[in-house]
This record gives sequence, structure tokens and C-alpha cells, in this order.
Amino acid sequence: MKTICFYFQVHQPYRLRRYRFFDIGENHNYFDDFANRSIMRKVAEKCYLPTNQLFLDLINEYGCKFKISYSISGTAIDQFEQYAPDVLDSFKRLADTGCVEFISETYSHSLSAIKNESEFKKQVELHKKKIELHFNQTPKVFRNTELIYSDTIGTLVADMGYKAMLSEGAKHVLGWKSPNYVYTNAVNPRLKLLLKNFTLSDDIAFRFSNRAWEEWPLTTEKYISWLNAIDEKEEIVNLFMDYETFGEHQWAETGIFEFMRHLPYKVFSDTNFEFLIPSEAAEKHQPIAPMHVPHPISWADEERDLTAWLGNDLQDEAFDKLYSLIDKVQMISKEELLRDWKYLQTSDHFYYMCTKWFSDGDVHKYFNPYDSPYEAFINFMNVLSDFTLRLEREVMNNRNQDMLSTYTPEEIKKLIGEYEQKLTELKSVFDKNSNDSSKKEIYS
Amino acid sequence: MRVLMFGWEFPPHITGGLGTACYGLVKGLAKNNVEVLFVVPKAYGDEDNSVVKIVDASEIELNQDTLSTDDFWRKVTFMEVGSSLIPYVSPEEFKRISSMDILDQTKLKQTIFRSKYKFSGKYGRDLMEEVSRYAVIAAALAVKNNFDVIHAHDWLTYAAGIAAKSVSKKPLVIHVHATEFDRSGENVNQNVYDIERKGMEAADRVITVSNYTRNIVINRYGIDASKVVTVHNAVEFDSRKNGHDEQKTVPEKVVTFLGRITFQKGPDYFVEAANMVLQKYNNVRFVMAGSGDMLNRIIKRVAELQISDKFHFTGFLKGNDVNRMFLQSDVYVMPSVSEPFGISPLEAMRANVPVIISKQSGVAEVLNHAIKIDFWDIDAMADAMYGLLNYDGLPTMFRRMGQEEVLNLKWENAARKINEIYQTAL
Repeated sequence: MKTICFYFQVHQPYRLRRYRFFDIGENHNYFDDFANRSIMRKVAEKCYLPTNQLFLDLINEYGCKFKISYSISGTAIDQFEQYAPDVLDSFKRLADTGCVEFISETYSHSLSAIKNESEFKKQVELHKKKIELHFNQTPKVFRNTELIYSDTIGTLVADMGYKAMLSEGAKHVLGWKSPNYVYTNAVNPRLKLLLKNFTLSDDIAFRFSNRAWEEWPLTTEKYISWLNAIDEKEEIVNLFMDYETFGEHQWAETGIFEFMRHLPYKVFSDTNFEFLIPSEAAEKHQPIAPMHVPHPISWADEERDLTAWLGNDLQDEAFDKLYSLIDKVQMISKEELLRDWKYLQTSDHFYYMCTKWFSDGDVHKYFNPYDSPYEAFINFMNVLSDFTLRLEREVMNNRNQDMLSTYTPEEIKKLIGEYEQKLTELKSVFDKNSNDSSKKEIYS
Repeated sequence: MRVLMFGWEFPPHITGGLGTACYGLVKGLAKNNVEVLFVVPKAYGDEDNSVVKIVDASEIELNQDTLSTDDFWRKVTFMEVGSSLIPYVSPEEFKRISSMDILDQTKLKQTIFRSKYKFSGKYGRDLMEEVSRYAVIAAALAVKNNFDVIHAHDWLTYAAGIAAKSVSKKPLVIHVHATEFDRSGENVNQNVYDIERKGMEAADRVITVSNYTRNIVINRYGIDASKVVTVHNAVEFDSRKNGHDEQKTVPEKVVTFLGRITFQKGPDYFVEAANMVLQKYNNVRFVMAGSGDMLNRIIKRVAELQISDKFHFTGFLKGNDVNRMFLQSDVYVMPSVSEPFGISPLEAMRANVPVIISKQSGVAEVLNHAIKIDFWDIDAMADAMYGLLNYDGLPTMFRRMGQEEVLNLKWENAARKINEIYQTAL
């Protein structure tokens, strides 16, 4: 039997509030509570709650014959806790069915994989704990932010004990190869790769409601016929998409919910496909070849590269300045600072600085709080400046604390006396020397 | 396609941006195979004749036959306005001129209809008389010449455009580079406003230099939106190198305001934003280049804020001094309250200076690589200045992208659109 593997990305960033330079050093509250809350509530009502209910209904109807998987970023879960506990509960109900797999990623949906190995691992670990806490399962499969993947990242992920990883299967990544097989990492063949079937995924995620599309309207029957038209020998169709596709990118009025509601029944009755979760799919299908990806790829835009997040001067400066703090961050343990550090790494901040959308894609404008990438950059840098100040102060405090734990106040007093005496000695030697040499210059 | 075009000035004899824009436009039209007969009140003989035939209105002799027809008289009567109306001069000069009480109606009537009339071609005290006389000449020219479309630039030439249209029955295109609301805020001069509205109403097509101006034309003048079309201005740069070897003279970064120091250019907002930046950041100087009726008030405010050691005035700059100012600048700010287009940010970008521009400007509609703020939002303005001064990625990015963006604003493209508008007017 062939496999359909559904995977949904659930993510919300902590959007920054308008943070002016006068706030630097004065005000340490960076996040736009109002915007984050209202966007979360809006998406919850339009997408998360009705879609979760739909999938819960389908699982109740078909049992574990119908299966799906999610990766929910740590920042999204934090926002569920804060603003939408009802959504978190409905995801827990889905987890309780045993038919839903939760996938690992970086806690803050960050780009740390391409910058810093230890930070990356730390974030994955944090996310894993969060998933275990809420959903009672330990993730076995990994997917990186926006499906960013390279041979190096794959190796890293394999070393962390994951069996499989999700990535993009676009034409110019795969060449003549088909995404409808399981592949492996080019260095470590034990890590299996599930690749997004971008045509069939995007038919649902992007084109579903597009009236200019020649296939509009997309019915379940039509979609089933496309699934059946796939080459005999091909084994797996990976349908990866943003969860917000349901009800948010494609409004309820487009019929997207009805489409999904009927899909499982039609798949069971009219095809030889079954639904599997990523860990099962990776287990079941034999890998056909290693996939070579020397340079990182992603699922974004036409180019499927990283230029949506990195590459222009704004993004590069912000990114480099942020990660230049990493040594100092490792020296501190203060909760609020570590939380802000996580939230500032979220890839969306860099996405807002992208200048490509002057020419392409209103996709980038989706929930973008800024009028221009320049505004996004200035705002982020102001916040980062304040964060840097706080971080440095904290590091300094820690150092002082260390001193205090090493020495008693009396000892410190004594040390000061000794050093002051030494200083006076050194100064007098120096003054004498420089007087002599300047005299020499005058007379010579 | 032949166009009878009325302007008020033509390079090299210019006082404002209008002449430069006309020159660019005419050259662009030539590339689109449009032949232009360009009329100015006074020609000096050293204008560039290679792309356009310059007609000197001062040399046109009025034919008594034309003048004696009833039809002609009816068309030109509305121009008998006797107000002391002098735009484009400083208020001080205005006071001086109006106290001389020169523009009385009887004199106006006598002088307009001499058979030859020496225009000054300036924005002087006989302006209204010149405007009226210009219209009479326009009618005479319209009889003598062969053309398909009439094109008139700004209110000084609208009367000429209307007169030419009524004589020739050819379509009239009015080109709005600025409105009375841009020049005077809410205290509009009723006479100018009336002439502007008559011109727009009589026109078959109205071209505006931005959507910002288009909205003013539609909403404030009540003009039918379907005949108002935006064609953004372009800019043409000297290909000559402009002294790039010059060094910065101060160690600090420099933030510059360059323009008339008048209400509509928003210099007061610049001062307030500068003050905010200086509270946080010391490695910077602010320069206000230009002159105008608000200068004294601004100087007082700067003193009151006690930032005079960091805030400098250069007076009016022209020619190469403007370029030298750009070379000294790290940030250029145009906080205009109302700006139909605004060419100076483009010049700054061309000189590799990142720009902050107000959203109340036409140029904001064509630029991506600029920071756009509301003129009244001094918080945002200060924040943008601070960002450009502190975060290197920003100026680097602007320099890389800005040059190309500015160089892509070509008159040839604007002229192509205008040629299409001619076609629809025929």
C-alpha cells in the first residue's frame, strides 16, 4: 500500500511592539501583547479550533486509520498557554487519540541550525521537553524551521538520535528524482528523509481558492484522481503545509473544511493509499537513495533557499549581532533574559526584514506588523540594543557575585589596598620614565 | 503627434523645480517621437533647442484681427483679475510689493493689449498682468500653429491653455506640479485657487505628479476622477562627477535638512526630532540648509532647546554647494507637510545619502528604499534617524539599493505615459 503523510506546521512568533530608541535602557518589555493576543485569538477561532475539531471528528469516525502529524513551535505553545488554553486543550485531546504524532523542532522556530550547533541542540531539547510535558510523547522525527535542511544539519539531527527528518522536495532540489520516495542523509544513511510533494501540497495550501487556476474548483474527486495518477512504483505522498491553510489562508467559505472532511473516506474507498504518521512512514518504506544537499534549502518562495530570512545587509547585521551575544548568554541563568533570548531568535523577525517582497510575494506580508523592512530592522535593532545592555549588566553582576563568593569583604578591602599601593608604585615609575625621555627629546 | 506646450521657465533660467521638470519631460517626449513647441514668457536664446522648439512669447506680435473678434474677447475676459497676487516670493518681499499698490485694474487693461509685450518671465510683482497677457499671446499662437494637443504646466499657464483651446478647439491637458494647498496650506489665495479650478475644469485630461496630488485635485477642486491621471515625475542627473574627492569636515555624523524653511517643508518637526536624538546620542550634528520665513522661529527654538552647539544653519545653498552638503551628510530628511512630488530626496540618494521622507509627499509613492514617516510623527522620525546613525546595515543597504532605484526613474518612461494620455484625449 502507498502512503499519504500529513504534516502541519503550527507557529506563531512573539511580535515586537513599536520599540523606539528612547526605550533603550528604560523599558524592557519588548513584545506587543495586544497584537499577539488578538492575532492568536483570531487564528484560534478561524483555524485552530475548527480544524482541530474536524480532525478529532475524523479520527473518531475512522480510528487510527486516519493519522496526522504536527510540529508546534515553542513560541506557539507559549502563546496557547497565555492566550488560548482552549486551543492547547484541543491539541491535547488530539494527542490522547494516539493517532497524532508531534514532531521536534527548535523551541523558537529559529535559524540557529545554520549558526550555532550548541544553541541549536539546546533549543531542540527545550522544545522536546515542552512536547513531552503537554502531549505525553517523545518526538522521534525532526523538522527544522521552514524545512531548512542541508547535509550538515541532517548529520547534526541524526547525532541527536532522530530516525527521520522532513524536508522540501522541489524540482530544483531533487533534479530528476521524485519526492515520492524515502531518501537518506548523504553523510549518515540512518537518518531518513521525507520530502514534501510540493505540487500536491500547494494545490491545497496555495491554489485551493484561486479562481484563476484552471483546476478551480478543487473537489475531493479531482484530488483523488491525481493521487491515483501517480506512478505505480512511487510509494509515498508527503503533504506538508502551514496549519493556517485551514480557515485562515483558505477561508472556511472556500470549502476547504468540506474538502478535508471528505478526503479520508474517498482515499479509503477509491485508492490504495493509507495514512501514516512520519515515524511509521520512515519505518515502512525502504530508502531509495541518499540526497545530497551541500547548501541549505527551505520550503520558502520560488528559490527554496534562505534568502527570505538572510542575505540582505539588514538581515545579516541583525542576525550576526544577535548571535554575537551567545557566549554571554551562556554565562547567565536569569529567566526573563533567557526567555527574551529565545523569542528574539524567532525567524519571523528576519523574515520581516526581507526586501524581496518589494518584487515578489504578498505571502511575506501575511501578519507582518511593519510597513517596510527598514522599519522592521530599526525596531529589532533597538530591542536588541536594550537586550545587549541588560545582558552585559547581568554578566557583570554575576562576576561581582562570583567575587563575593570567593572573598570575604575584609579580604576584598585588603586586596584593594594592595592594588592601590601597586598602582601608585607603577605610576611613579612611569612618570619618572616619561619625564626623562621627554627631556631627552628636548635636548637632542 | 505635435504638442503646443506652455511653461513658465526653461533651463538654464529657472527659479524652481518646474523648469527642470519641463526640460526632462520634453526630452523624454522627443524620445517617444512627440514634437513639442514650447512657449515661455521670455526666452534668453541660450536654451537647449536640440529637442524642442522654444517660442519666446515676448516676440509674438498680436494681430489686430485676432484681437477684435468677439469670440476671442469672451474667452479672455475672466482673466481680468486685479488682485495683488504674487506667489513664489517671500512674505517680506510680498509685503513690500503689495504696499506699492501696483496692480490696479485700469493699468492692467492698458498694458495687456499692447501689440508687443516684454515679459519678465519672473515670479515678480506684475505676475497677474503677465499671466493674462500670456493667455492672449497663447491664443494668437494657437491660430498660427499646427498641433494636436495643448499641454499647460501649473496655474501660471492654465489661462494660456484655456485660451489656446478655445481658439483651436484642440484638447487641453493640464499638468499639476503643485496646488495652492501645497503652497499655502489652508490659507489659500482665492484667485489662484479659482484659476487652478477653471484650468482643471476646462481640461480634457489632468496630469498630476503623484497620487497624493491627484487626491487633492479630486477632493479639494471637485474634479471628475476619471480624467485625472498620475504620472510620477522622473529625474535626470548630471553625468559629470560631482566632487567625490571632497572629505567630510566634521568627525561626527551629519543629518541634513535642505529646502525652503517654510511651513510646508516641516522644518519644525526636524528640530524636535533632532532634539530627541541628541538626548540619547552625541556623535551627530544637525544641519538646516536653506532660508525662508520660518528661519527665525526655528533658530529661536533651537536656542530654547539648548542644542545650538549641535545644530547648524547654512543659509540658502545653490549649485555645487548643494552637492557638497550631500557629501557631508549621513542622513537626509525631508519632513514635508505637503509635497506634490519632491525631487531633493532623489538627489540625496544619487549622492549615496540615505533618506527619511514624509508620507505626505509624492516621491514616497515611487521609492522603496527610503524610510517613510508621517511628518507629524517626530517619534518615528527620531527613531529613523537614530537607526540610520547607529545600525550600519541600514545605510549599507540603502546605498546598495538606492542608486539603482533612483536611476530607474526615467523621463522617457514618464513621457511614454503622457503620450498615451494625449492619445486618449484626442
